[in-house]
Amino acid sequence: MATVELRFSALPEHVRTARLVAAAVARRAGVDEAVLDEVRLAVGEACTRAVGLHQHGGISAPVKVLLIEEEKLFSIEVGDEAPHATPGRGASGDGPGTDVETEEDEMGLAVISGLVDDVEVSAGEQGGSIRMRWPTVPPATLLA
Amino acid sequence: MDLSLSTETMGDRTIVRVGGEIDVYTAPKLREQLVELVNDGSFHLVVDMEGVDFLDSTGLGVLVGGLKRVRAHEGSLRLVCNQERILKIFRITGLTKVFPIHTSVEEAVAATD
Repeated sequence: MATVELRFSALPEHVRTARLVAAAVARRAGVDEAVLDEVRLAVGEACTRAVGLHQHGGISAPVKVLLIEEEKLFSIEVGDEAPHATPGRGASGDGPGTDVETEEDEMGLAVISGLVDDVEVSAGEQGGSIRMRWPTVPPATLLA
Repeated sequence: MDLSLSTETMGDRTIVRVGGEIDVYTAPKLREQLVELVNDGSFHLVVDMEGVDFLDSTGLGVLVGGLKRVRAHEGSLRLVCNQERILKIFRITGLTKVFPIHTSVEEAVAATD
């Protein structure tokens, strides 16, 4: 089971909460202080993307964030329930907004892949997820 | 922390001082501010980001949108930022090539290229 699991309504105002919780749990897990800014930004980007996918898809389900402490690793998995069928989804009738949304979505992913070395993006008909991992330092080093 | 915005005019430049966090929740307020300035005829903007604690891709999108708007009027959008963690986001997205980034408001106001 995840160390901490967070579910929030797909609303922009809750993304900050997810960032704060993720950074707090990452710090406790032993993620280097210098990397916490990256954790905060990456999880914010992943949650922003999930919120956007839920809102545009009219999905009422919450966005799910799993914060997992593993041996020498800290992982964050942000899951959405938006069906990812084909890249050209939402084609007709969406107007010019679709392009802007896609651009923002891609910008978010670009930031994540630029920040995080260990990242997996998966997508299927049941939803998608972004899993990111960071190394942790042993507690002895933290106390030093 | 929420977003704080204030504006000041220096010659033909308008300084937009931004403080707090620019993310998916607060970015629309910054977008509104930039749109309003351009609609009111301010085409040379200096966005002072020294008080910004957090910036994500939504914020970057708003700044790029602002740049497109002022460029449509042959204007400019310059940024003031010395914070490494904010600059890093511009670097990894390649936007350091798109925005002139200055170390002080004075420097940004004096810049002409």
